[in-house]
Amino acid sequence: MSDTTLVKAEINYEPNIGDYFALLKPRVMILVVFTALVGIIAAPVDLHPFTIFVSIIFIALGGGASGALNMWYESDLDSLMRRTRNRPIPSGKITSDEAKAFGFALAGISVVMLGLAANWFAALFLLFTIFFYVVIYTMWLKRWTPQNIVIGGAAGAFPPMIGWAVATSGISMESVLMFSLIFLWTPPHFWALALFMRGDYEIARVPMLTVTHGRRSTRNHIFFYTIVLAMFALFTSSTSLGGWVYLLTAIVLNAIFVTMAFKIWVRDEPEAEADNFKVERNFFRYSLMYLFLQFGSILVDLGLGTNFSWGFL
Amino acid sequence: MNFGAEHELHKRRMSKNIGLGIILVTFVALIFGLTVVKVTEGDVSGAIVGAASNE
Repeated sequence: MSDTTLVKAEINYEPNIGDYFALLKPRVMILVVFTALVGIIAAPVDLHPFTIFVSIIFIALGGGASGALNMWYESDLDSLMRRTRNRPIPSGKITSDEAKAFGFALAGISVVMLGLAANWFAALFLLFTIFFYVVIYTMWLKRWTPQNIVIGGAAGAFPPMIGWAVATSGISMESVLMFSLIFLWTPPHFWALALFMRGDYEIARVPMLTVTHGRRSTRNHIFFYTIVLAMFALFTSSTSLGGWVYLLTAIVLNAIFVTMAFKIWVRDEPEAEADNFKVERNFFRYSLMYLFLQFGSILVDLGLGTNFSWGFL
Repeated sequence: MNFGAEHELHKRRMSKNIGLGIILVTFVALIFGLTVVKVTEGDVSGAIVGAASNE
């Protein structure tokens, strides 16, 4: 195919529903849905199941709107990186303007609908989360500082607080604890990705830790942050979120997580390149399971009635 | 009257239109369900009886 026919094909390409769905970052959406659901169910207020269902749908759509607006603003970077060059905009399936309009429309619909379905505090919280992800993280932090993932991670940590707000119209210590778990989990998760997607961030000139401070420093940071996360996750078991299942899950999950982070810490680059970053890839995959199981254990404790009544926070 | 052969583009638009239609119907169903829950707190049969007695 010549360049001319390629351009013609892209102009004639009619995006399908799947292309728009891809703009919503569906894998991130799964995390948003699950953690927001835990936030709603863990809250001490009973809601009608249909209200929960509708609220979760619009929280997910709000997360999807953030994803679409992120892809709109970052399409220049996405086209440079192997990991993202097949996304709908760089691959020519959807134009940048379409993605922008789609993202803003979804953001408006999701915020208004969450306000009508649940309450306006939760809706404003969702609006703030979209603003934080799109403006603070995507437009400002990501291209400016290696702390992009650390501070920007707050956007991905808000969904359980939004879920809690859906049920209670407010914020509490429990919702802040759930936020903190995801907030501390995010940096090691993404730094592991930056280690094995080597070259991508350098080419796109994104100031990830691997680019600004080097790969050795990134390994140190992963180990340090994972220890802090493990200590916090274990501490949370002594709060009102804790329970027997949570405690046992936290002990096992964090022991494995810290061991994996230790393996990343002691490795050097030639060793990692020799096995194509197997340890780093495993750490990244495990981190996803870690978060689902840790949050899932909160639900199991609630279901079994095994949560600690003596939690001091 | 001579109709042109259907282009592949029309098939793709058809799938997009059907998808959009399903999304709109789902949206209407969500609004309706939410309205029922808000008005009756989930007691649909009570709401129907109440509406009938008001007539």
